[in-house]
Amino acid sequence: MVEFSLPRNSKVGTGKTVKAPPSAKRIKKFKVYRWNPDDGKNPEVDTYEVDLDTCGPMVLDALIKIKNEMDPTLTFRRSCREGVCGSCAMNIDGSNTLACTMAIEDVKKDVKVYPLPHMEVIKDLVPDMKNFYAQYASVKPWLQTESEPPSRERLQSRDERAELDGLWECILCACCSTSCPSYWWNSDRYLGPAVLLQAYRWIADSRDEYTGERLDDLEDPFRLYRCHTIMNCTAACPKGLNPAKAIAETKKLMQERR
Amino acid sequence: MSLRTPIGRARGLGSAKEGTHHWWHQRVTAVALVLLSGWFVISLIVMTGASYEEVRAWIGHPVVTGLLLLTIVFTFYHLKLGLQVVIEDYVHSEMVKLGSLMLMSGACLVVGLACGLSVLYVAFGG
Repeated sequence: MVEFSLPRNSKVGTGKTVKAPPSAKRIKKFKVYRWNPDDGKNPEVDTYEVDLDTCGPMVLDALIKIKNEMDPTLTFRRSCREGVCGSCAMNIDGSNTLACTMAIEDVKKDVKVYPLPHMEVIKDLVPDMKNFYAQYASVKPWLQTESEPPSRERLQSRDERAELDGLWECILCACCSTSCPSYWWNSDRYLGPAVLLQAYRWIADSRDEYTGERLDDLEDPFRLYRCHTIMNCTAACPKGLNPAKAIAETKKLMQERR
Repeated sequence: MSLRTPIGRARGLGSAKEGTHHWWHQRVTAVALVLLSGWFVISLIVMTGASYEEVRAWIGHPVVTGLLLLTIVFTFYHLKLGLQVVIEDYVHSEMVKLGSLMLMSGACLVVGLACGLSVLYVAFGG
């Protein structure tokens, strides 16, 4: 059966509090999930009091400030700090989003920061993405053709190119997939919204000649049809994309080819 | 512990090459049931206060008998398809899953048959 409660070694306790310097006037509390694979202890939520007058505007700025000035053991992924790389995806204030594009002032109370839900944790805010990336690789996310490679670019009309808008922008941050209950319960077999959006990105590409084979590979009660149009994916996407629509379009093509 | 590669696990047993049929039938029965249940509820409201004989005669009308049977078939088929998804979602042990799927399908069939036969019983004046 699906487990609805946390196993004993995953119950979250209360950790330490790191105070802001006495000179700080505008203080915001960050409650951050901590787990260290090496100390054998349960996860804890540490509280950091951050002086907003000496901190950048985004949640990622605060996390970097905490790591630099308050607690160098805090572990998280980050790279581009502008919503392009997808590294800093985490659960902030109850929703999956990118720490770099989430403004601190948009969180009214204490800022709760957890790793992406229902993923195995490697350390602190770093989830294990192995399965997610393997699922992505399994949909062969590259152009496949039968015809000989042309001597120049593969042409596409403006309308055909427009079909890819709303799909190519996906940065594979996994905010959508890890917000999907269906993916929580069945991520071993269900591909999840991010990978299905990426799969549709190649199905919708007029230059690709393996549309049928791609649909064959997706036509499965679990790989595709675990999507129950819950729409958490679309609500979560920090890039404003609509994975639920991409999945619906895929299902329509499945019906169309019968 | 398994030393299979992540891609090996993700590819797994491959695609079952089915599921569209199930998904499409669930959608079609859902739309049909919006119309059929609407008709059924409105008919009941219209017949408020009708006598026993009047209701029997209504059920016995060929079109009504047909629509009632259709409503029953679609309701229990839709129920079966929906419950199947719920069981597949939440029950992960293969044996328990197979067992509950069979039990559930059987229960839907038996209750559906009982409803359908009741309509026929009334229609053919048993």
